[in-house]
Amino acid sequence: MNMNMDTNTLSDHESLIHAEGRATPHVPLPGILPLANKKAADRQKEKADTPRQIMLGLFFGVIFGFLLQKGGVGKYEVLLGALFLTDFTVMKIMLTAIATGMIGIFSLHALGLVELHVKPTRYAANIIGGLIFGVGFGLLGYCPGTGAAALGQGNFDAIAGVLGLLAGSYLYAETSGFLEATVLKWGNRGKITLPELVGARRTIFILWFVPLLATILYLLETFFPMAR
Amino acid sequence: MDYMASDGGAWSPYLVGALIGLLSMATFYFSNHPIGASTAYARIAGLIGKVFSKRHTESLKFYQETKPNIQWDVTLLLGILLGAAIAAYTGGEITGYWVPPLWEERFGSSYALRLGVAFLGGAVMAFGARLAGGCTSGHGISGALQLSVGSWVALICFFIGGMTTARLMFGI
Repeated sequence: MNMNMDTNTLSDHESLIHAEGRATPHVPLPGILPLANKKAADRQKEKADTPRQIMLGLFFGVIFGFLLQKGGVGKYEVLLGALFLTDFTVMKIMLTAIATGMIGIFSLHALGLVELHVKPTRYAANIIGGLIFGVGFGLLGYCPGTGAAALGQGNFDAIAGVLGLLAGSYLYAETSGFLEATVLKWGNRGKITLPELVGARRTIFILWFVPLLATILYLLETFFPMAR
Repeated sequence: MDYMASDGGAWSPYLVGALIGLLSMATFYFSNHPIGASTAYARIAGLIGKVFSKRHTESLKFYQETKPNIQWDVTLLLGILLGAAIAAYTGGEITGYWVPPLWEERFGSSYALRLGVAFLGGAVMAFGARLAGGCTSGHGISGALQLSVGSWVALICFFIGGMTTARLMFGI
């Protein structure tokens, strides 16, 4: 799908829209059509949440924040320990959440109960943005979610972090026109997944991947028994 | 300096991780949203931007696609704050400091230095999150568990950038 996207003709673009059954108003779109098509799809996804969903957000947030604090990842030392490779709490929580959620969500999806929300792969943006994020992570010592948890448990330095997060977000928005026309287009592969990348069936891939994650956790416990 | 001094969390990381996995299932099923934290900051920043200049904020490319409104992710973020406060209060783990002890050991007790670096770090991190398309929650948990290639790439880069920076800062 990735390669086709770049070489799509107008008719392909139109047929894509029809195939997906979307009544997109036909306005002249600047730039490359397939990209405009992707954006139209993105925009459609950005529907306003209902009041029920907004209340559910608060409810699920309370649970998430409760779990983050109980897991110890609102603590500066625990997060820095993850970066020093002396404290594996963060890795243990993340890999367990990934393995559990992977089995759970793909099962629900197979039963037709949930929609997937696969994030698009844009290699340049993922790599450059990821490294920039990491620099900020090292400086602040909290990430966006654990920063809120840190503030909740009384780490008041997270207030400065939150204000920085707001400023940095707005700064990004200021430059978003330029970045979307450049970096975000480099290596844009759309919503590809690891099984697609290696050419395996998703179920088979998961049956290998979850034990791999479990093995990593086992090795962490075996070789770093002193570390958390 | 004892970098091993952290005592982890009150609960087992495996229990917490498994419960976050189950929570992800619940948010997909009940809210049709994956867990994520960084977009909420962008929306709130946009809301504040609208107070100063509505027209300018709404003209920005990013805010044409990600509306600066109170959405699911914004209340989720407020919930995280509240939930962590409940957990810390009931568990007797309220910290109440402006400078984390580990930071103080290395860089001293200056509030200005810690808060200045924290602000800078937050700004850099948010910019990176928006460029990468998510944070440790959105990419690191929700994207990774859906096997998104970009999420795994971003997650690995978060840690490469973070480990390098932390090691340089602490000189180890």
